[in-house]
Amino acid sequence: MISVNPKGEVWVFAEQHEGKLEDIGLELLGRARMLGDKLGVSVGAVLIGDEVRGLAEKLCHYGADTVYVLEHPLLEHYQANSYGKVIYELVHKYEPQIMIYGASSCGRDLAPRVASATKAGLTADCTDLQIGDHESKDKVYKNLLLQIRPAFGGNIIATIINYDRWPQMATVREGVMPMPDAIGTRKGKIIVEKVHLTHDELPLEILREHKREKKVNLKASRIVVSGGAGVGSKENFRLIWDLANAMGAAPGATRAAVDLGFIDRDHQVGQTGTTVRPSLYIAVGISGAIQHQAGMSDSQKIIAINNDPQAPIFDIAHYKIVGDLNEIVPKMIKAIKARV
Amino acid sequence: MTYNCVVMIKQVPDTKRITVDAMNDDGTVNRGALPAIFNPEDLNALELALEIKDKFGGKVTAIAMGLPAASAVLREALYRGADDAILVTDRRCAASDTLATSYILSCAVKKLDYDVVLCGRQAIDGDTAQVGPQLAEKLNIPQITYVEELISLENNVITARRNVGNGWQEVKCKLPVLLTVIDEANEPRVSVAKRLMKYKKARTPVEVQMQLKQDNPAANENELKQLAQAKVDQLEEKGLLIKQWDLDYLKADLQWCGRDGSPTKVHRIQSVVLTARESKTIEPSEKGIADMIHELISDKTIS
Repeated sequence: MISVNPKGEVWVFAEQHEGKLEDIGLELLGRARMLGDKLGVSVGAVLIGDEVRGLAEKLCHYGADTVYVLEHPLLEHYQANSYGKVIYELVHKYEPQIMIYGASSCGRDLAPRVASATKAGLTADCTDLQIGDHESKDKVYKNLLLQIRPAFGGNIIATIINYDRWPQMATVREGVMPMPDAIGTRKGKIIVEKVHLTHDELPLEILREHKREKKVNLKASRIVVSGGAGVGSKENFRLIWDLANAMGAAPGATRAAVDLGFIDRDHQVGQTGTTVRPSLYIAVGISGAIQHQAGMSDSQKIIAINNDPQAPIFDIAHYKIVGDLNEIVPKMIKAIKARV
Repeated sequence: MTYNCVVMIKQVPDTKRITVDAMNDDGTVNRGALPAIFNPEDLNALELALEIKDKFGGKVTAIAMGLPAASAVLREALYRGADDAILVTDRRCAASDTLATSYILSCAVKKLDYDVVLCGRQAIDGDTAQVGPQLAEKLNIPQITYVEELISLENNVITARRNVGNGWQEVKCKLPVLLTVIDEANEPRVSVAKRLMKYKKARTPVEVQMQLKQDNPAANENELKQLAQAKVDQLEEKGLLIKQWDLDYLKADLQWCGRDGSPTKVHRIQSVVLTARESKTIEPSEKGIADMIHELISDKTIS
């Protein structure tokens, strides 16, 4: 761990694969910028790989004041041990006060490894990050990172803090923080660090990899039509597809619908799926568990269709339709076709 | 060649079955009001360990950290095929975050002879997926996270396929290693009737003490102690003793345990209060729906 260092920077792990920056790192820079401005400290991006310094400028456009470039042939492919080691060393050298990672498969593999080595705190899957004070019995801790996340299956919202074993670290899922605007004229400092690594720090041998394109791009869709367990069966999920097709929308689903095998996991909206902010979100047969809401409550308009008038989804819906989805959805398709 | 597996299991409240009754007035959750279950992905981790044992031989040891009641999941691990079960329990473990938990678990694992350490990817009460990688770091061994398939295990080298969300990755690694296992990896076997009949009598020392106290309300402390020791010896002889380790036995450094050992602290807990929005109730009639669609087209929500 490092000591409490209120002058320390706010850092973002800028995830890249095969020379391409992941969106999540850029999204996090937007929030890091806000936190850094509030604290009056600069924002750093940590860029790791082999021959990746060409990506540093883009990180400055998205809000980094400083980019720490860690390059080495052995860093070409991500692994927890090698990346963890170089981050550990960098953290001890510069003592940032905050470090944020994407809660991607890579970030969730890496951040706990770093946290354990550093003996620092780490909060997973935050849905919000703010700066605030914490009062305990005899002391007030000023300007801490408030790490806000749903807990206990999403039934409560917990705000977690770490006042003594820094850096304060958190992971955030992709899509939770809005992508900031890039400013092409924005410049920053690029610091290329010396890296020492041996093969001992690469215990894994990567034999084969297979990238799979997502079957649907939920984030880019203006309209999302999602079905929940209430749809009843895979066959009946046809209704969701039909409504989505009629509206030019992307079909989404709750985790329950995915677990029941109604639709592929790529379509899952929510805390452990994709976070969406469409112009219109249509929730069909969805009760509205908080984990699901975490992934769609920022939609501009929400239509909820459910036969249970007490379903929590109605609390956040702009249009409430209580009734049998098997009758309502065909009526909607008909109404849309009549207008177009 | 045989391989010894150690599986980390957790008893968790069944968060899927949460109801209003399980919420306290201040918005916190009353864990006692929820059924306690075997964390689902830990069952997949146990299954993978049992598959390794079936194929190559070796021993499967299950470790759970928690309150004395957590021995229930250890018994379940025994029913399904684990050879040995250890409960790590100590009041000083209370309020441990993932870092402190992984430290305490590492102290327990270090006492064992292991080749493969297995964890479920994450537990449903926190969904953090942090203890696996943190435990690997504390043991100073590599980790293979999100294992969906064990491809081979020979000459102390493991090959496994990881599910990395947008695809998969096959990796090879020398033992010892820590694996975190996902639910797609396998279909956990059910309890074996013969094992269930045998191990339903398995107990931890603390369970033995509690039972004796209940059965002999008149007995004094000393008598109870003697009775308990005799019963524990008897269980051990029959292979029915669930080992119980505390922090003294683990020689754990207390500064890294429990609340003191946990850098993350709770600042605030809020029950989920849904903000009511300005909303319209639409009649589920053709006209009601057509009017709504018309409104959405005219305000350009639908183009």
